[in-house]
Parts: sequence; C-alpha cells; structure tokens
Amino acid sequence: MSNDSEYAIDVTGLTKSFSDQIAVDHVSLKVRRGEVFGFLGPNGSGKTTTIRMLCGLLSPEDGSGTCLGFDIMRESTEIQKRVGYMTQKFSLYEDLTIEENLLFVCRMYQMDNLKERVAAALSSLGLYDRRKQLAGALSGGWKQRLALVACMIHEPELLLLDEPTAGVDPKARRSFWDEIHEMAAKGITVLVSTHYMDEAERCHRLAYLSNGKLLAQGTGPELIKLSGLHTWRIEGENLTDVQMILSKASAVETMAPFGARIRASGTDEKALEKAVIEAASSPDVAVEKVPPGLEDVFIHFSNSAGVPIQ
Amino acid sequence: MKKFPISLSRILGLVRKEFIQLKRDRLTVAMLLGIPFMQMVLFGFAINSDPKLLSTAVIQADSGPLVRSYLTALENTGYFSFNYHLDRVEDVEELFLEGKILFAITIPEDFERALIRGERPEVLIEADATDPVVTARATSAAMQVNFLALNHDLKGPLAHLRPIPPPVELRIHRRYNPENITHYNTIPGLLGIILTMTTVMITAITLARERERGTLENLFAMPVHPFEVMSGKIIPFIMGASFQAFLVLVAARFIFEVPILGDLWLLSLALIIFITVNLSVGFTLSTIATNQLQAMQMGMFFFLPSILLSGFLFPFSGMPKWAQWIGEILPLTHFVRIVKSIFLKSAEFGDIKMHLLNLLIILVITATISLKRYKATLD
Ligand SMILES: Nc1ncnc2c1ncn2[C@@H]1O[C@H](COP(=O)(O)OP(=O)(O)O)[C@@H](O)[C@H]1O
Ligand SMILES: [Mg+2]
Repeated sequence: MSNDSEYAIDVTGLTKSFSDQIAVDHVSLKVRRGEVFGFLGPNGSGKTTTIRMLCGLLSPEDGSGTCLGFDIMRESTEIQKRVGYMTQKFSLYEDLTIEENLLFVCRMYQMDNLKERVAAALSSLGLYDRRKQLAGALSGGWKQRLALVACMIHEPELLLLDEPTAGVDPKARRSFWDEIHEMAAKGITVLVSTHYMDEAERCHRLAYLSNGKLLAQGTGPELIKLSGLHTWRIEGENLTDVQMILSKASAVETMAPFGARIRASGTDEKALEKAVIEAASSPDVAVEKVPPGLEDVFIHFSNSAGVPIQ
Repeated sequence: MKKFPISLSRILGLVRKEFIQLKRDRLTVAMLLGIPFMQMVLFGFAINSDPKLLSTAVIQADSGPLVRSYLTALENTGYFSFNYHLDRVEDVEELFLEGKILFAITIPEDFERALIRGERPEVLIEADATDPVVTARATSAAMQVNFLALNHDLKGPLAHLRPIPPPVELRIHRRYNPENITHYNTIPGLLGIILTMTTVMITAITLARERERGTLENLFAMPVHPFEVMSGKIIPFIMGASFQAFLVLVAARFIFEVPILGDLWLLSLALIIFITVNLSVGFTLSTIATNQLQAMQMGMFFFLPSILLSGFLFPFSGMPKWAQWIGEILPLTHFVRIVKSIFLKSAEFGDIKMHLLNLLIILVITATISLKRYKATLD
C-alpha cells in the first residue's frame, strides 16, 4: 500500500463546470479501503465527471483531497499508476487484437513479464484461444470483461468502474459482481457507478448524486433511515383508480407502480397513512406498511433533486 | 500535472501500437503510398510530356522563298502545326480566347525586303502561356530556329547576314502568364505538397480519431506523459513521410530527370526538419479538433494556403505584400526555396541556413503550442 490512510478516496468540495453549466457541485466523498462503494444517480448527474476528476482526467475547479493518499491536484501520475479506470464507453482499441490491447496496456504501465502476465489474464478471461481476434469484434459482454481485465492488469489498489454492466445480460452481470467482490476481498477498493438496484444492494456503501450534488452517502440502511421515508404497499386486481387518487395526494411523494402492486412513499408518516387508506377503500385492495427499500429511496432522491439530505 | 521522467519504452510501446493500427488501416496506407504516386503521375505527365504539333495561326503579310523557308523551319521543330492562316490580326484574339490556338506567328509586311537589307525584321510569336509547361519548350525551340533557320538560304552575297545577331528579330509575347514558371518549380513544390498533405492530414486525424472513439480517455488515464503520446504519434509518420520523400526523389531523378545538383545529405536534413514541422502542425491541429472531420477540415484550411501562397502555384514576387507575409509563415514556402536551391543551384548549408532556421522557428512555435494545449486531460 502506498499510504496507510484509512480512506482510499477522501475528497471534499470537488467542483467542475462545462461552459457555465455546473456538472459537479461541491461533492465530498469518503471511500474506505477495501470496500465496494456504489455511485448512484440519474444520467447526467455528474458521476462520470467526478470519477474523471479522481483519476486526473479532468482538473477540478475547486475542491481538494487525496486518492490513495496522493493529492488529486498535484500527484495525478502517482494516482494513475495505482488506479484502474474502466470507462463508461469501451475505450480499448477496436483495431487491435485482444492480446495486443493487453500488451499495450502493460507497456504503458511498464510492467515486467509482459508475455506471462498477458497470457495469465487471457486465460482467466477465457479468451486465450481468441486472443488474435480484434477487440472490436467482441460482443458487449465480452468487451466489458476485457476492459475490466485490462484495467486490472497492472494490479491497481483502486478500481474506478463507470457503469461497467450497462447493457450486459443478468447472468454476466452476476458473475461480474462476483469478481468485484473477490477483488474487494483481496483488499482492492472498488468504486462503481450503476443504475441497477440489485447492484446497489451489493455495495458496502453508497453515494447518491443528483444534478451534480451529492444528496446522501452511507450504507443502504443508513440511506433509508436518512431519507426519513415511509412506504406502503398496495395490492389488488385493478389499481388504476387507486393510482389516480394517490398521484393527486400531496402526502404521496413517490410512487412506484408494478402492475398489481404499488409502492407509495412519503416523509409525512401520518398524512401518508391517511392518503393510502382513503385511496384504497375498496375491499379487494390490500394495503400494508413495509420498510422502504433502496429503490424507493432513490426514486425519492431523484424527485426531490437538489436538496441534500442531512 | 504530470511530472515524471519520459520513458523510452513507453514511447516504443506507443509507436508499436501506432504501427499495428496503421497496418490495419488500409485507407491511410493507401493514402501514404497512393498520393505521391498519383500526384507524380498526374503532374509528371504534364512535366514530362513534351507536347508537339500545337495548334498555331500564321498571319503572313509577306510571302516569298525566305518567308516560306523560315516558316518551314519553325514547322520542322515539330512543335507548331499551322492550322490557321489568317489575314487579319484581329482574328487572332478570337482564336486565342476560344482556345483554338496556342500560338500565333506574325510575319510582317516587307519581311523579305527588310531581311535582305539587314534591317532585322521583327517576327512576333504570341503564346498562350496559361500553361507555361506546354508552351515553354515550343518557344525555346523557336528561339533556336531563329538563329539557324535561314543559314541555308543566306549564302553567297547574303552570307554576311548570317548571325550573330540573327537576321530576324524574334519577339515572343507570352500572354496570360508573363511569369514563366517551368517544371523545375513543379517538382520541389510537389515534393513539399505531397509531404504537407499526408503528414498534416494524417497526424491531425490520428489523435482526433482517438478522441472520437473514446480511446484517448483510456490512454490519458494511464501514467503516460504528453510528450510520449506526441512522440508515439509522430515517429511512425516521420518514417512514413521519409519513405514518401524517397519515392518522390527517385521518381524526380530517374523518371522526370530533374537535375539534383546539390548535396543529398543536406536535402535529407531539410526533409526531416520539414516533415517534423508539418507533423507538429498536424498535431497542433489535432489538439484543437474534436473529431476526425474537423481535423480534416482544419488540415484543408492549412493545406490550401500552403499550395496557393508558397510560391508553388504563383510566383512569390508577384503576390501582394499581405499574401507574401502569410506565405512566409508557411513551412512549405521555405521548403520549396530550400529544395529549389539544392536541386538546381547546388546550394550548400550556408546558402539555405536562413530557411532552415525559419523552419526550426515554426517547429518550436507549433510544438510549444501543441504541448501547451495538449495537457493529457480531457478538459
Ligand atoms: N466534456 C464535457 N463537455 C461538456 N459538458 C459535459 C462534458 N462531460 C459532461 N458534461 C455534462 O456534465 C453533466 C454531467 O455529466 P456526467 O458526469 O457524464 O454524468 P453521468 O456520468 O452521471 O451520466 C451532464 O450535464 C453533461 O452533459
Ligand atoms: Mg456517466
């Protein structure tokens, strides 16, 4: 380890704007070593921009902090040597073969034992036999796995994965996450941005970003508690009318319909209960108060965008 | 900010990657090899072709054995084909404008009488010099004929009329293009233009392509120094362009028989500097362009003034002052001067050092701009 601070990422007040439009607005993050940290938020909320600032690809206008103990403003080279960054868009060379790409990455990090290292990576990928194929010819899931292997080939201490599983089928996603946890078990810190709730639930800690602002940061249960949200589940045959009524009730701040099931959430416990019971007066509709899930919380966050939760 | 030692092995890694990509990029390879070939063939035919039997009008205000003899001598050069015999000078204008003739030969009244009296009558050859390459040889042949044409006829008592000076005053009037550019201008210019075209365009495109495809983000996320990326991009094309230059020189010397009087080592030095300057310009453009199309357009934006204002197409001295100033900051202008001096005047280092210095100044400026602009971040 290059530095024994408790946090792999410890930044405060990171700010970046593009031609007057603020993309990241005073974001502070603390990511502990060895944890899998989920980075959530709708499209355009500033996740990619934040990650780019962490690894020196963009220079922050304001803010300070360290990544693996190195100053993000002055020591980006030291950071880059120890960080593996997997970009949101596939960014290996499509006109190089799988093997050539890995060799190139190794050369850029000035690794030794190129051949063995690359051969080992190819075998672990299960792509050894296809190593002479152009990277551009791989399918989406394989590209993702190749990109992951490429960003880990120099044995980084911190992985920054930007929506690594977007557009990947569920089975591949699951094995991808198994790998992430294996790495975390080896002491590698992983910061991963995602849209998927099941993935969020597999993270040790989470941060939620909206419109460039960090709305909340903590473990899943902490975030749920922080949101102050109460949730009701409404079940029944025909819920269209119920849904109509609920959507007009001001106590219902967020609502998630799932066919024969609706989840309605709000911060005012009493008013919410009243609204739900009124709306679901019909006998064939069952209501039940349930603990809010992460999904409810995130929908709530994205609706109340811009107001940081204390 | 990146502060760490530059690594040769990383540069080599980048060069290697670039070569593999180049190998698979048929279009670029075709451009590297095809453009010099194509241009040499196209321009080459114009240079090499020694067009004969060019359409000519004769305005003959006198006739007689000496006149006939003189005209026959001109015809025998093979360059002139007397397609029109006119009575009125006014008709010449029309034929020229319609492009029906390239030459008009006017034999004045009382030509023979004046000739015999030793008054050196004046024969006027008007030439359409829009394409000087075509007309240059014909006019020079006419000049020679003028010395010798009547030697046969002027014997006995007329022998004293033999040259020198020739008995006939030949006036050549180059229309449309009084500055007579010859093909010795073309080859040095062509060498420079081929190199400008491929180097500026290809380097401008290659970095823009990485930006467009998103691979630049991955490259910048690795501990790679901007200088290393720049070298990695430029070195392969220094090699490619040197190869191009070699092809053009071989063709110039052995196919088009342009004399190369000067020192080849000096020429190589000038070539390397010129190529590097162009690559640096291309790299600068590519730090500005966000995609390949933009890079291409910027390349054209640089390329066109290079062709027009470097003295390749139009004589430098004939351009307005402002155009000359622009010309002076273009690498091609200095390169054309260097190559012409080396080719034709066997210039030595001392003769061209100012031009080399100018190229180096342009190099330092563009390299500084590009390294400043190009910070290995995505800002
Ligand atoms: N290079 C850029 N130039 C201009 N605007 C940008 C650039 N990168 C991101 N943005 C803007 O910044 C905001 C945040 O984008 P991004 O960080 O990509 O969000 P996310 O990754 O969460 O989807 C968006 O509004 C986006 O349009
Ligand atoms: Mg993103």
